[in-house]
Parts: sequence; structure tokens; C-alpha cells
Amino acid sequence: MFGPMIKGAAGAAALALLAAMPARAADAVNLQFYFPVAVGGGAANVIQSLTDDYEKAHPEVKIDPIYAGSYQDTIAKVITAARGGNAPQIAVALSTDMFTLLDDNLILPFDDYAKGDEGKKWLGGFYPAFMENSQLDGKTYGIPFQRSTPVLYWNKDAFKAAGLNPEKAPQTWAEMAEDAKKLTRRDASGNVTQWGIRIPTQGFPYWLFQGLVAENGGKLANAEGTETYFDSKPVVEALQYLVDLSTKDKAMEPGLTGWGSAPKAFFEGQIAMMWTTTGNLTNVRKNAPFPFGVAMLPKMKSRGAPTGGGNFYLFKGSSPEQLTAAVKFIEWITAPEQSAKWTMATGYVAPRPATWDTPTMQKYAEDFPPVLVARDQLKYAVAELSTHENQRVTQILNDGLEAAITGQKTPEQAMKEAQKKADAILAAYR
Amino acid sequence: MTRRKDWIWGWLLIAPALVFIFLFTHYPAVMTIGESFWSTPRGGRPSRFVGLHNYERLIHDPTFWQVLGNNVLYAVVTIPASIVLAMVMAVLVNRPFRGRALARMAFFTPTILPLIAVANIWVFFYLPGFGLIDQILGLFGIGQTNLLGSTATALPAVMVVSVWKEAGFFMIFYLAALQAIPPQLVEAARIEGAGRWTIFRRITFPLLMPTTLFVSINAVINAFRLVDHIFILTGGGPDNASSLLLFYIYETSFRYWDTAYGATLTVVLLALLCLLAIGQFFLFDRKVHYR
Repeated sequence: MFGPMIKGAAGAAALALLAAMPARAADAVNLQFYFPVAVGGGAANVIQSLTDDYEKAHPEVKIDPIYAGSYQDTIAKVITAARGGNAPQIAVALSTDMFTLLDDNLILPFDDYAKGDEGKKWLGGFYPAFMENSQLDGKTYGIPFQRSTPVLYWNKDAFKAAGLNPEKAPQTWAEMAEDAKKLTRRDASGNVTQWGIRIPTQGFPYWLFQGLVAENGGKLANAEGTETYFDSKPVVEALQYLVDLSTKDKAMEPGLTGWGSAPKAFFEGQIAMMWTTTGNLTNVRKNAPFPFGVAMLPKMKSRGAPTGGGNFYLFKGSSPEQLTAAVKFIEWITAPEQSAKWTMATGYVAPRPATWDTPTMQKYAEDFPPVLVARDQLKYAVAELSTHENQRVTQILNDGLEAAITGQKTPEQAMKEAQKKADAILAAYR
Repeated sequence: MTRRKDWIWGWLLIAPALVFIFLFTHYPAVMTIGESFWSTPRGGRPSRFVGLHNYERLIHDPTFWQVLGNNVLYAVVTIPASIVLAMVMAVLVNRPFRGRALARMAFFTPTILPLIAVANIWVFFYLPGFGLIDQILGLFGIGQTNLLGSTATALPAVMVVSVWKEAGFFMIFYLAALQAIPPQLVEAARIEGAGRWTIFRRITFPLLMPTTLFVSINAVINAFRLVDHIFILTGGGPDNASSLLLFYIYETSFRYWDTAYGATLTVVLLALLCLLAIGQFFLFDRKVHYR
């Protein structure tokens, strides 16, 4: 009943808009580009200036970069737009949303547009750790862009005050728990004035938890995204270690702890060590009032760390000219010079070895060696948890972790229940 | 003839409003009910009729029962708390005293701030270690708290924010109602020798009942409708301890893209709100004294 009316109204509105728009070069290719910003600093401005540079060099392409909020907001907006038949050509979204986007049949592989030897060389030029969440069945659906990995930051002054070697970060789980205990300080009435460590858990505890699981030789899911291993032994042990840091060692604040407030708590001397993303590196460098160190996450059976952050995706529903232009743009923005600019502005890990070889990056690393820690940790990095119906399965794991961290359930019980819930959802995809 | 003309005119005049209310309220509501009997379409698999399957799933969904329980508790605590607080504040600032305008403004300020902004302010209050609350507690030698990060305190912490935000808004209605109470009633009561408390109980409070009805309907609707602050404060955590029904609907529909189940949850919310509204109008109405 209302169908024709809505269409009529929408048509009229579209016409009015068209008439109001300034005349653009008739043959220019227009691209829409949605992106999230998940770290502080002027990330949005850097994206804008990069696209401006590109337009200057390529007048035949017009790019409309749209800041779409957090990762969550961006994926919700992109899926809504795509379902409404109005998909952007390019979007940056979590690498782990690949299965979700594929299930909804919204994205295209890059292989069809990056053809020939040159295309192959480009696709092959990224760190393998970053490609793990970007490929399926030999096709590349995501191009790593704002990718990160967590590292351990430590306060050298606090180490000195606790009688520890300020130049040596803990290398193993046991050392980290020991150091954290020594670093935890209490006042006369027993209230803690400085916690040994914070592993932030609010909102998405699964991310850092993946590091613990990898270090303990475990795995959260298979590569096909159809099976999870939440109640396996290494996973439960990893959760036990995390819970013990606050309950047994009493060296970490109990309950869920914030991400956003972690750097601030670190600067204020309320926590002596923290695990957080390399995306904070520039922030810590600018604001820490004491000498600090950056180290790889400690090992149990091996080193290990998750990767995180966003990939470029290419969306269905546009003309071949637009898609070709979109891939050209993505090739350009991930090229060494542009990539170096982006890394220095944000702290994200440059996803291609070639970027680290540029003179700009080499000079930057010479001035500030901690940037290399994240890069060197990449060889131990594992694929991030990514399954079909990823958001929901991840939330199930989050709920289970939160229940254990807040002491509502034992690690074993929480992970058993989480596994059961995940099985119920993933059964449909096996 | 003229009668018929009037009739057409009447319909024409309300047509625009009617179209919008049908388009954006009734039509989606009916569609939602329809959609709750179908499965969520996913990529290759189109939506198919599943009958009551979604409702069956709802009954066996522990998260649903948890958020429903949270929401009921949230309503039962925040509604009376904000209404009582609003009434007390209105009575306080209804009397003449120095700095009355300032006090009124202070009580009303939370209302004009957007809920998201309010939530961000409270995030700072609640921060473990250097948040306002911990700094004040620190003066008394009490150690760090983690109110938003613990299961037991997350929901109460969210409740406090909503009472703080709502009370000022309701106060405005009470203030207007108080000023409409004829002063001779109070004077007559004084002459009869009634004390302050008696005057409040026998005159002011009954005469405020229509306002209380209005305010409580609004409060009930808001208790189920306003979840903006949860996004900022806790994101529903830890382990859904502070999640409310509408927040869960959002997560299900726009994070997990399980639109059919989201529709089913929405039907429950709709039914719940209808029931509450009907109940309030029919039961509560009898006790309200209208002049």
C-alpha cells in the first residue's frame, strides 16, 4: 500500500538532491569509503589528507571518505547500507568480520581486480600473520590496513622502586606474575596504591585473552570458522592464569578493567605494567612522565599474540570501473610511503615488510626502537578469533570470560557453557 | 451535505499525522509481529516460515530471562526513586528562599544534557582509582572500587545515573502542579491547625496525583526505552549483568544481525509496554483525584 508512495517520495527527494549537487566532472569515478577510528589522535584527519593527496594525483577519481564511528558502528552502518542496495565501494572493518560479510554475500575477492604478476606481488607482500584473517579458500577478501597487536608496556621507575631490573621485562608467565606481585604496593591500611599489572578486559576481553591462549599453545577456533575450542585444556588454563592474577596473586584489580583508562592509569602510576595495543604507542610516548619500556607478551609454552584491527573490504553492487578504481586506491594507500605515514601518525603496525625498508621508517625506528617490538612479535602472532556469525560467537566468549573474571563462575564452568552455546550456533555451518 | 464536507475536511486535516503514525509506528509494529514467525535470511538461505520457533527459542534463552529480570529490577528501583526524589526536589524549590533560581537550575541541568553526555560524565565518576567517587572515598581511607566492572554493582551503578537524569525532568512537572494548587486550601488547613506533614499528605499529595500518573507512565516507558547510557557505561557487561531488554534487542538485531529473533524480542517488549500502559490507565486512574 505504501510502496509506491515511498518510492515516489524517494524519487522526488533524489531528484532534488541531484539538482542541488554541484556539477562534477562527468567522467569522474566516484567512490565511497567508510572507515572507523578506534584510537586517539588525529587518525580521521590523516585519512582525509591521504585521500586528498590521491585525488590530486588522480583527478579522474573522486573519493568520499566517511568517518563511521567505532568498528561496531562502522560494520552496522556498512551492512545496513549494503542491505538497502546502497553499499559503499570500500570500507575498513574488523578483519574478523570477513565470515559475516561473506555469509551475507556482500564482499568480493581482490584477486579478480589485482591481476597479473604485479597484482600477485602486491597481495603476497603482506605479513602472513595479517593475512590469516583475510583469506579463505585461496582468495583474498581483506587487505590489512590499520592492524595492531598488543604489547607489554612497563614503567621503569616503578621497577627500580620495587627492586627489579628496570631494563628487563618479564619473559614468562611466572616471571610476570612474580614481578606483578612485587610491583603491587599497599598503604598502611592495606589499600592498593599501585597495581602490578592491568590486562584490560572491559567490553572485549577476548582480544587479549587470545594472546594468553596462543602462549599456552591453544587455539580458540579452526581456520574455517566452524568450530571453537573454548573448553579445551589450554584455553581453560589460560583463563585460570588471568583470574589468578587478581584472586591468588592479588596483583591485578579485580573485576573488569577499562581499555580507555589504562594508559591514563599507567601515566598516573596506578599500574606498573599494562598490556595494550601498539595503537597506543604514540600516546604513551608523548604522555608518560617516566621512562617506559615496550616488550613482547611473555611466554608460557611459546610466544604468542593476537592481531587485531581493520582490513579493507571491496563491496558488491558497483560498476566494474568503480571497483577497479577502488582497488587501485587501496594499492596506493598500502604502498610503502603512504603506509609509513599512517604508521607514524597512529602506531599501527605497518602490514608490509616493504614499508619498514623505506628510509622514513628506518629513521623513525632508529629514533624510537620500541616500534620494532610489535613488528618482531608478528612472527608469533596467530589468527584472531573469527567464525561464522562472528559477533555473536565472540560475545559468547566475552560473556564467559567476564563471568569468570568477576568470579561468578569458575573458568572451567564458564568455558564449558560458552562452548555449548557456540556449538549451538555453529552447527548450522558445519 | 455540509456535514459530509466537514467529515472530509476532518480526515484531510488529520491525514498527514495519520500517515506518519501508520508509516512509522503501526506499520513497523505489525511487520515486526509478522517477522517474528519467520527465520533470519542469511546469504544463501532465504527467510522461511518457522511458526513459533523463535518464541520457543526465547523461552529457552537464559540471556533473555536475565535481561528481562534486569529490566524489571531497573524499573522497580528507578521509577519510585526518581518520582520520590522529583517530588522532594519540587517541594524544596517551591518555597521562596535565597538562590532558588540557582537550585532549580541545578536540579534541572541533568535533563537538558543528552544521555550520552551524562553517561560519559559518570564514566569518569566511576573510574577505578582516579574517578570522582574513588577520590572522595580515598579521603576516608577506603580503597579502590570498580563499580562498573563488577557483576553485583554494575546494574545499580547504571540505575543511579538514570535516577539522576530523570528526577530533574519529573521535578518540572511537579513544580508546575504545585503552583497550580490553590493557596487557600493550605491556609484553610493551617487555620484548622493541621501540621506540615498532614497538609502534604491530605492536600498536596492527592492534588499531585494526576501529575504522578502522567510522570509514572513516562517513567515506565523510559525505563524500557532509554538504553543510550548502557552503551557508554558498561556495554551490558559483565556477562550481561547490566543489559536491558532494548539493549539486547539492539545487539541481536544490529550486531548479530539475527533480525527475526530481534523481532521476536521486540514483540515481547511491545506486549509488555501495552500491558503496563493499560494497567496504569485502568487501575491507577481510579485512585487519581481530578478536579
